[in-house]
Amino acid sequence: MSTALNASPAAATHVRMSYLEALIQAQIEELERDERVILMGEDIAVYGGGKIVDRFDASRIWSMPISETSFTGLGIGAAINGLRPIVDLSIASFMYLASDQIINQASKLRYMTGGQIKVPIVFRCCMYYGASIAAQHSDRPYPLFMNVPGLKILSPSSPADIKGLLKSAVRDDDPVLIFEDTKLWPVKADVPVDPDHLVPIGKADIKRSGNDVTVVAIGGAMRAAMEVADAMAKEGISLELIDPRTLKPLDTETIIRSVAKTGRLVLVENAHRICSVTSEISAIVAEEAFESLKKPIQRLTAPDVHVPFSPSLEQGMYPGKDHITAAIRKIL
Amino acid sequence: MTLGRTEQLEAFRRMLRIRRFEEEGTRLFKAGKIPAGAFHASIGQEAAIVGACIALRDGDAMTGTHRSHGHPIGKGGELSALMAELMGKATGICKGRGGSMHLADNTVGIISESAIVGGGIPLATGCAMAAKVRRIDQVSLCFFGDGAVNQGTFHESLNMASLWKLPVIYLCENNGYAITTSIARSHGQPDIAKRADAYGMPGVAVDGQDLRAVYEATSAAVARARRGEGPTLIEAKTYRFDEHNVGLFVPGTPYRAPQEVEHYRTQRDPIVLYRKVLLEEGVEEKILISIESEVIASVAAAIAFAESSPMPDPATLYDYMYSTPIGGSQRPAV
Repeated sequence: MSTALNASPAAATHVRMSYLEALIQAQIEELERDERVILMGEDIAVYGGGKIVDRFDASRIWSMPISETSFTGLGIGAAINGLRPIVDLSIASFMYLASDQIINQASKLRYMTGGQIKVPIVFRCCMYYGASIAAQHSDRPYPLFMNVPGLKILSPSSPADIKGLLKSAVRDDDPVLIFEDTKLWPVKADVPVDPDHLVPIGKADIKRSGNDVTVVAIGGAMRAAMEVADAMAKEGISLELIDPRTLKPLDTETIIRSVAKTGRLVLVENAHRICSVTSEISAIVAEEAFESLKKPIQRLTAPDVHVPFSPSLEQGMYPGKDHITAAIRKIL
Repeated sequence: MTLGRTEQLEAFRRMLRIRRFEEEGTRLFKAGKIPAGAFHASIGQEAAIVGACIALRDGDAMTGTHRSHGHPIGKGGELSALMAELMGKATGICKGRGGSMHLADNTVGIISESAIVGGGIPLATGCAMAAKVRRIDQVSLCFFGDGAVNQGTFHESLNMASLWKLPVIYLCENNGYAITTSIARSHGQPDIAKRADAYGMPGVAVDGQDLRAVYEATSAAVARARRGEGPTLIEAKTYRFDEHNVGLFVPGTPYRAPQEVEHYRTQRDPIVLYRKVLLEEGVEEKILISIESEVIASVAAAIAFAESSPMPDPATLYDYMYSTPIGGSQRPAV
């Protein structure tokens, strides 16, 4: 079990820092550890990357013109030719421009060449939402990419996890997409100082152990789920909170084991509802653990509608504590 | 820069290898020995390919296109694994995962043959970027067609290559038609080499049927790239003798006048033209004839190898998906 969001006082081996600070630290440490690692992106210094830009020369930090499709392809070509690029796509909604290169090249080239090449590249995809920036800057597009073979997809929700997973991604020989939930950037918790602190790709984390209901929450949705778990604990209701941390490959074993114990499953995420992670988990649990279920699976997601600009329209569209609490009560 | 006699004969040999490989490939495709799909021959374009490749070193990198057969052969690749790949065999260069449009042979430095038009342009540019970061003496050569210069990746990549003076050569095999769409019907300004001006790099148009012209232009571009002076755009004006792909039926009025096709086939065959050059330069004809016989034998051996090779075992379907396999979702779905 890794560090919880509201961690206990730091031990000597840990330092308390924000999700964003952990993200920056992980990149600095990997750039220092391995000279093949480079960072590519637009306006890197502006969005928290100032400390990185100050520390390395221009051969390691590549400030990109606004050419998302092609600089993504440059990163892929550089990865094939011996570098280990971290490509910062700035805002996840920009991935659609980069998606031809991510899908048709990065995800496929190893397979299509019969293993002659490898593509060790990391894409940082920051998801902004709930911020009144309207539909073209607010997407949470990870479900689209889960449908693509050849990718690995991460969605860390704690500072320790973002540090450990980003490091694992940089050291992995395949293309990895990291979806960062910017809602989590300011969240502080204890983070291991060990520069080799790695969180394995493909392993879920049980953020709270419990017996009554399994709640699987993705990315920023974990914050609300934790608050609900704390509140319901006072009523004697015990939730088991699972953060998959990796969306591809999904650690279905951990989820199925938990459902076998609780018999009840609530799934929470902030992406759109259709063909989402929660759809996939529901299908897998229905296929492989149907007999464990005492009640129907509950899914909480953003609706199938674009993100509006006006706060009065946007604020109610993501599952919050009240929605999660109600879904749990419905199946208790 | 001119080629020495050994390189001249090697260039002649490689052009012939492409021609024979594709003539035989076409025959096998029509006979059903190559799986149904798309077979794009570069017959007629051999000088544009080999003239560029012969200017490279073994360690230089390359990307290509859906018309992929010529590139690995032009770069010096072995024929057996390429022919086996055409047939979808386990011994194919891509283990039967790529096929005709994707004969990427990394043993000769090819990192991708992209059947997404323009898709390889950023890859070659990034490959050159890595060479610069790693301070290695390597250039990247990027093949693409006249259709690809209208993709955004062409413009974005040339801008970045120029900005950072990356060691990359952009080589447009301009055969005049993107499938059936002519330059006149798709390019607001028909001179592709001129587009280089917009990105602050040299742009050179050459006769793509003349191996010497392509070699000289590419050599100059390679030397410039190795000196750290940045990229060059070369437009090799060439022609494909066959249809866009074998068996393609185009209804209505022919998009290429039959006389035009005939003219290129009879007057502008790059192999015939180069053979004449070599004879004029004093190469004994018996040497050329022996190369021709050797190439016929090599292609026959490659076909025999491919035909006797096994098809891939269905149990290997998931192989080569990941460097570090993920298990889990990679289970059989049916």
